[in-house]
Amino acid sequence: MIFMVSPLEHDAMTGVDPMLPQPFRIRRRRSETLDTFTLEIERAKHNQAFGFAPGQFNMLYVLGVGEIPISICGDPRSNSLMHTTRVVGPVTMAMSKLRRGDILGVRGPFGSSWPTEQLDGCDVVVVAGGIGLAPLRGALHQLVRRRKKLGKLVFLYGARTPGDILYRRELELWQQRGLQVEVTVDRAPLSWLGHVGVVTTLIQRAPFDPGNTVAMICGPEEMMRYAVFELQKRGVPTANIFLSMERNMKCAVGFCGHCQFGPEFICKDGPILRYDRIANWFAIRDL
Amino acid sequence: MNPDFKATLDRAGLQALFEVLKARGYRLVGPRVRDGAIVYDELASVDALPAGWTDEQEGGKYRLRKREDRALFGYAVGPHSWKKFLFPPMMRLWSARRTSNAFEIAPEQEESPRYAFIGVRSCELHAIAIQDKVFIEGKFVDPVYAARRKNAFIVAVNCSQAGGTCFCVSMKTGPKARAGFDLALTEIIEGARHFFLVESGTDAGAQVLAQIPHRSATEQEQKAAEQVVERTASQMGRTMDTTDIKELLYRNYEHPRWDDVASRCLTCANCTMVCPTCFCSTVEDTTDLTGEQAERWRKWDSCFQVDFSYIVGGSIRASAKSRYRQWMTHKLATWIDQFGTSGCVGCGRCITWCPVAIDITEEVRAIRETESA
Repeated sequence: MIFMVSPLEHDAMTGVDPMLPQPFRIRRRRSETLDTFTLEIERAKHNQAFGFAPGQFNMLYVLGVGEIPISICGDPRSNSLMHTTRVVGPVTMAMSKLRRGDILGVRGPFGSSWPTEQLDGCDVVVVAGGIGLAPLRGALHQLVRRRKKLGKLVFLYGARTPGDILYRRELELWQQRGLQVEVTVDRAPLSWLGHVGVVTTLIQRAPFDPGNTVAMICGPEEMMRYAVFELQKRGVPTANIFLSMERNMKCAVGFCGHCQFGPEFICKDGPILRYDRIANWFAIRDL
Repeated sequence: MNPDFKATLDRAGLQALFEVLKARGYRLVGPRVRDGAIVYDELASVDALPAGWTDEQEGGKYRLRKREDRALFGYAVGPHSWKKFLFPPMMRLWSARRTSNAFEIAPEQEESPRYAFIGVRSCELHAIAIQDKVFIEGKFVDPVYAARRKNAFIVAVNCSQAGGTCFCVSMKTGPKARAGFDLALTEIIEGARHFFLVESGTDAGAQVLAQIPHRSATEQEQKAAEQVVERTASQMGRTMDTTDIKELLYRNYEHPRWDDVASRCLTCANCTMVCPTCFCSTVEDTTDLTGEQAERWRKWDSCFQVDFSYIVGGSIRASAKSRYRQWMTHKLATWIDQFGTSGCVGCGRCITWCPVAIDITEEVRAIRETESA
């Protein structure tokens, strides 16, 4: 069986100016960890639903500060438009100060999505590093919902410290619904009884049948590099491995040229890419 | 009108063409001498054209020189290309205004200018076709480019001489204009006689031609025009062997030549600014002092800038080597996978305007000749 990322679909193709942000209102703001927070937003003007697929992203604009690409981490079924972000620069800093009722500019959704609907009968292993869990959250929602149709369903998650673990409540809930969760941290206090070390070390012992497994990975590029290496060592075919790639983006529609990764435009060919398609490029440094 | 119909115009006929285009509401832009170079700018009349001027081009060198005749199009290409009219170097995309508890974003209301491009070279017609693929033939359409492009009337000129850095013959993009124009001229100077052979490429071109005094070209005149482009084709200052060029470069991302060229490259971005196909841009968000008004501007950008590839943690292409490699492999190889065509039209601008005379044809040759099997 051949698994495919779903290509992007967007209003822009029907003539709406893809460069023009639309106003969205913040419905809810939640602090996740010390330096991460989640904004749940809705259209400011009318109630038209905002459809998206897991793994896609939006361009979020703070008035007068700037615009950045942020993956959508809500549950696609409930159309809840959520973005979890870490404070790393001026735009995310300004965004962290927004409160319920404030307005954000939004362009999107853009990009390809995880192949969550094509996996009946397969084992699925999801690997996330740090904030890389956010682009996978929607996919995990869908996979847990389809739990009965899947084989083994394993989630391997690496965080810096126990305090950096995102979505704790949901992880517990998903666990109850049949998601096998393995968490590891880089540094831990004595009270931590779980794994310590990089997430990729969890792959060798994880329970899945490599020949019948689809893997989805999101995290820092080095982590993804080792994750792919470990998955291949177990025998997972390269055409069954999906990654979410990150590059600088200004336009999100393939005009600005910033997100090129070899022949791929991460904004429109990605961000979710099947590994066999990019394997040669992935091996080249400073590409 | 018979599509094979060819007419001749004299210099007065060319002025009549300008008048007809102006009467049809076009803003004429074309070559003129400014700042020691032939640049593209507004043209009031035929008198503004660079009569009697030519250019000498070599790696890192561009000089204007007087010709012995009064040719109007007797040069190759200068630092400008038509992309500055279709894809403006700097433009406001929208303005935003804070309201009581929200903000409103208003798109830029631009009445797209109707340009008539005078003197578009064959390589430049190909460059426009390549940018069409980027901006209007993909999944998304850039409204600014699309409107300007749709409005444009194109008067091509077949090259009567090649520049020292030209290699359109290698790239199969010239020197004869074969498609993508409304009218195409060939300038012919035979002793005291100075005239233009004209052919139309579209209905719009044929209609314009019908409005200006002309007569049908004799067989001899047509032959003279053919000889002009044949002579130009034989004068190419550079050549590039494009055989399997995509595979060649895909195989050689780790070739030592990239270190060699990086030791010369200043990463100044000149090559990307003068390139008629380079399309990268960035956006800048600005506000006034009160924070009530904000704007987004789009500006040409270059993959030679270190922050071009910045993501949290640092720039992906921090080294000159990785940036030069990105530019050249994009132009000649990944572009083919992205858009089904090379991104290079052989105009030679990147060679001429490189301050240290880096030569893309030479870099390809070096990799080809020293590839370890």
